[in-house]
Parts: sequence; C-alpha cells; structure tokens
Amino acid sequence: MSRSITPYQTSIGPTHPAFKEPIQLVFDLCGETILKANFAPGQAHRGVEWMGTRRNPVQVLYLAERLCGICGITHSLAFARAVEQIAGIQVPPRAHYIRSIACELERIHSHLLWAGVAAHELGFDSLFYLTWRARERVMDLMEAFTGNRVHYALIQIGGVRRDLSEDMILKIKETLDYYAGVYDELRTCLLEDSSVRLRCRDVGILTATEALELCAVGPTARASGVPSDIRRDHPYAAYADVEVTSVLPNQYTGEIRGDVYDRIVVRVLELQQSVKLIRGFLDQLPEGDLLAIPKIMVLLAKLKKAEGEAVGLHEAPRGEVAHYVRMGGAETIAAWKVKASSYSNYMSWVPMLVGEQVADIPIIAASIDPCISCTDRVMLTGGGRNEVWTKEDLTRLSVAKTRRIQAKLKAEG
Amino acid sequence: MSENRRHWKNDPRISAPEQRKTPAEVLELLTASAGEAFLEGRVAEWVEGASTSADPYRQVWLKIHRDALHAVVKRLFGIQFPHFVVIAAEDRGETIELPYIFRLYHGAWHEEILVVITAVVPKSDPVVDTLSDLIAGIVLSEREKQEMIGVVVRNIPDGRRMFLPEDFPQGVYPWRRDETGVADTMVRHLWATGREAFNAREAEKAAAAAEMASAAAPPASAEEGGNP
Repeated sequence: MSRSITPYQTSIGPTHPAFKEPIQLVFDLCGETILKANFAPGQAHRGVEWMGTRRNPVQVLYLAERLCGICGITHSLAFARAVEQIAGIQVPPRAHYIRSIACELERIHSHLLWAGVAAHELGFDSLFYLTWRARERVMDLMEAFTGNRVHYALIQIGGVRRDLSEDMILKIKETLDYYAGVYDELRTCLLEDSSVRLRCRDVGILTATEALELCAVGPTARASGVPSDIRRDHPYAAYADVEVTSVLPNQYTGEIRGDVYDRIVVRVLELQQSVKLIRGFLDQLPEGDLLAIPKIMVLLAKLKKAEGEAVGLHEAPRGEVAHYVRMGGAETIAAWKVKASSYSNYMSWVPMLVGEQVADIPIIAASIDPCISCTDRVMLTGGGRNEVWTKEDLTRLSVAKTRRIQAKLKAEG
Repeated sequence: MSENRRHWKNDPRISAPEQRKTPAEVLELLTASAGEAFLEGRVAEWVEGASTSADPYRQVWLKIHRDALHAVVKRLFGIQFPHFVVIAAEDRGETIELPYIFRLYHGAWHEEILVVITAVVPKSDPVVDTLSDLIAGIVLSEREKQEMIGVVVRNIPDGRRMFLPEDFPQGVYPWRRDETGVADTMVRHLWATGREAFNAREAEKAAAAAEMASAAAPPASAEEGGNP
C-alpha cells in the first residue's frame, strides 16, 4: 500500500479515569496503533526531599511514610534501615520479625488492590469486587494491629512501635487461613478466565534485555525473567530465616513471555508466597524487646552525633525502594534521596506500549502497578476561566468557611 | 497477531558468572580505572537480621572526580551487568556530590554487592558525562539531577524537565544550598495562611531583629579595612 498515513498525537491524563493518580501519557498514533509513547510525571511532585533535609530523622520517618498512600511500611522501613546503618543501631530480633510480617501483609493488600484495579481496567467489574472484598480482610487486620488502615506508624528507628499480642497472632493466622481458602478462587478468576487471558496474553511485552537496561524492578522485572528480589539478593529483617524464592511466571505457565498476563501471574503467585512467608515468621517469632533505644530523646541525641552515608533498600510490593541518606553530625539530615519503585519502572512503559492498540493503554499502563501520589494543586476550568488554584487559596477558602460557621454558631448562641 | 508485536527474548547477562569477585577486588578494579581521579574508597559490611546466620550486606563506596566517572562505571559494567538504582545528589558548598548507586550480582541468593560511586563535580563547572550509552534506564535520573541540583549532563539523549512544572522559574535548583536554591519567598507557609495577626507579629519581630543587628554591627568601613 502506498497510501500515506498521517500520525496524530493524543494525550491521556494528567487526570484520567484509567489512572488512579495524575500522570500524563502522550501518544503518536497511526489509526489504532501506537507509534510512539511518552510520559510526563511531576503532576504530584511535593518536594518531599527538600522538606526532609530541614527535619530530624524521627520527623523524616513519618514524612517518608506519607510518600505513598498505599505502602505504609515501605518508605519508613527503607529510611529507617539507612539511618540504622549510619548510627550503627542493631534492631532487636522480635522487631525484625514484626517488620517482616507487616511487610508481607502489606504485599497481600497491595497485590489485591492492584488485581482489582487491573480487573476494572479490563471491564471485569465482578472480579474487581471479588478482589477488593478479599482485600478488606487484611486492611481490617492492619487496623486491628496498628490502629490504621494505611499509614501504620509501625516502624521506628531501631525497631517497631507495636507488639504482636497472642490475640493478634491468632487473628493473623485466621486471616492467612482465609486467604489460603480464597486463593484458588482468585487464581482461577485471574489466570484461568478466558477473557482475561485474551486481553492480556502477548500484550505489552517487555523483553529481558529491556527490563535489564531500563532498570525495571519488582514484579515488572520478574515477569520478564529478571530474578531480582532484594529479600533474596541480600536478606534483611527476618528474611534470612525463611526461604524466599524469586517468583517467575514460568513456575506457573512453564514459559516466560514478559507480557501483561505474566505480570498478573507473578503477583498472584506472590500472594501465595506471602501467606507462606508470614506462617514461617509466626512459627519462629522470638521473644524480646521491640526497640533498640526506647526513649525518643536518647535516640535523637544519638542520631544527632551520627555521621556517614548509607543506602536503605526494601523490596516493596511494586519492587525495589531505595533511600540514600547522609548525616553530618547535625540535628537535621544532610542529604536524602528517595527512589520509589515506580521511578524505576516508568521507562519500561515505552517499549511495552509501542505497537499496541489504544484500547490496551489502560491495562498496560496499570500492569507495572504505577504509584504516582496525590496532587499538589487544583485546576479549575470552564465558565470562561482557566486558572490554577493553589493550596493557599484552598486553605484560605476552607479557613474562611470555618470562621463563618463559627461566627454563625456564636450568633445563635 | 500483528506483525509489529514483539516477542519476549532472554538475555544472557541475567545469569551471574561462576567466578564472583569479592568487594575488595571490585574496589581494586574500580580504583585502578579511576587513576588520578581517585579520591576515597572503602569496603563496608552491615550485618542485619534476626538470625545469627545472617550474611553481611557487602558494600563498596568509591569517591572520584567526575572526569573518570564514565571510565569507572564502564569498568563496573565489565564485571557484571549491574542494576542501576538511582543517582542521589548533595550540594557540599564548593562541589556537588552525585552518588551513583548500583547493585552488583543482583538476582543471586545472598550474593549482592552494593556499589556506590560518588562523582565530585566542581560547582564552577557543573558538568558530568551521561551514562545512557551504558545503561538506557539512567536517563530519568539524569534528567532529575539536571533540574533539581543544576548539573549539566553532557550528551544526554533527552534533556527535558522531568518533575518540575513548566512554569517553575529557570535557574532555580531546589536542592542547591546557595543563591540558586529555593528562596524563602518561594516557600509556602501554609500554616500561616489567613492569620493576619500572626503575620503582623512576625513582621514586627523581623524589624526589631534587623534594628538590633544594625546597632550591634561595627561600622562598615572598619570591616572593609580588616580585609587584606
């Protein structure tokens, strides 16, 4: 065919129903086929690292926890590991176990959340309800354990802030039994369903070379056959005491294709792995202290004198999280660089998307489980106006409304 | 299946070599390739974990002048294709330090070595070479360093801004600690919003402090005379 085809450009995002968080994807299209893909993050940049270097390590710990609304352990654990290395603080064994149990519980809830989102992107809403109903069990468990569904404030530098009581251990065991019971149902719905298979097989392929060279991490890398997993590469917390294997898709299907389906396989198998790991941790749970330095003032005094640099790594549900920290014998930390899992996975989007169809964009974009974070400003459009409303404007409006209500209440006596 | 659909291919670089180098050997090789540019180097270990059998987490820390960065990282890639984690950055006054973080021998049980190669970049000439010819996935991190700390990455294949919005002023680098950093006027003090009384009190305090400072300071001429 000699007919010339003019490519056209279309943009999805910064806010779009297919993405749970704001990011912009720009495509060059020819008919239904994607010729070129590009992405523009930063719609949710809050300058957290800048804020962090103006605070002391214990304050930064809670700031780090708020980097992500889904991972409540991930960032605080990676940051705490970096600071513990600099100050030479040894975490007590029981705290290591509680950290590991919480990490794996978080993996269960994060993978189920993702499975629901993926099912929703595929238009398979009954599966979305099924997975999110199952997810509620672990959310309730985390609430009972830490007091919160997200942002658990469990990690402290040098240990954990909450103990596992006998009752709680029983509750965890019950929840694990529940997941072992529904696992087959979930696996059948996600992996054996013919419509899921048709939509996801051979779609959004990432080869092993691309995964290596574009620095992919976590389930995205493992689905492409790169067996990287920090829990196994250099075991931390209590992971040295249990056997962690890298979950690769060929353990289920007998082959690796690096497509969206393989990414689902890895996450479904990891659900089963997490249940097994937590059971292993509970069987060996040692008695003992929770914190290396229980008194905050003593801890802060020690951290004030600490000097050096370290990298804290953690295998989050989405893959490797890294916190580089330098402390220079001052109250505040000297340097902080946060590397979230999706930071490493963004570039893998481009080879996955090129050559695919427009209708596959949502599921391919969702297949790396992107975590983009909350927005930092609000844009109002329509009515002939197009202006950016800043946080101050919104705060001012909000404060003014509170004052109005207070005045009204006062007047009414 | 359409013809432009690509198929998954394996990569021989995934499997680690039989003969693995120790951290000391890695440090020695990298130091040799740095040559004159070598500044500091050390091997570190961190034992963490509940079990008494926990293996140490082996680390190699190397500090070099930025001129040798490409050569040293190329030597590292000659040992085994590592996983690139991220480039951190810190403004140290006269210089900018860029720790390039890699995980060597990743994907093998208990074998990983963390390699951190810190490039020291003079602020008077803040230029580093791109490493995107060695590892394509580094571009994202290099773009971030350009806008956040104000280093110029030579030959970067994609030099656009990454996280900062388009209307963010040019020539302001948020992670700098000098006059090109974020000025206090750019910082939103959200908590003070709408509190007129508070703002007025702050202004009063600042004026009083300025008055006291000018009263206490020696005459300007005496200060100038003191300088050789």
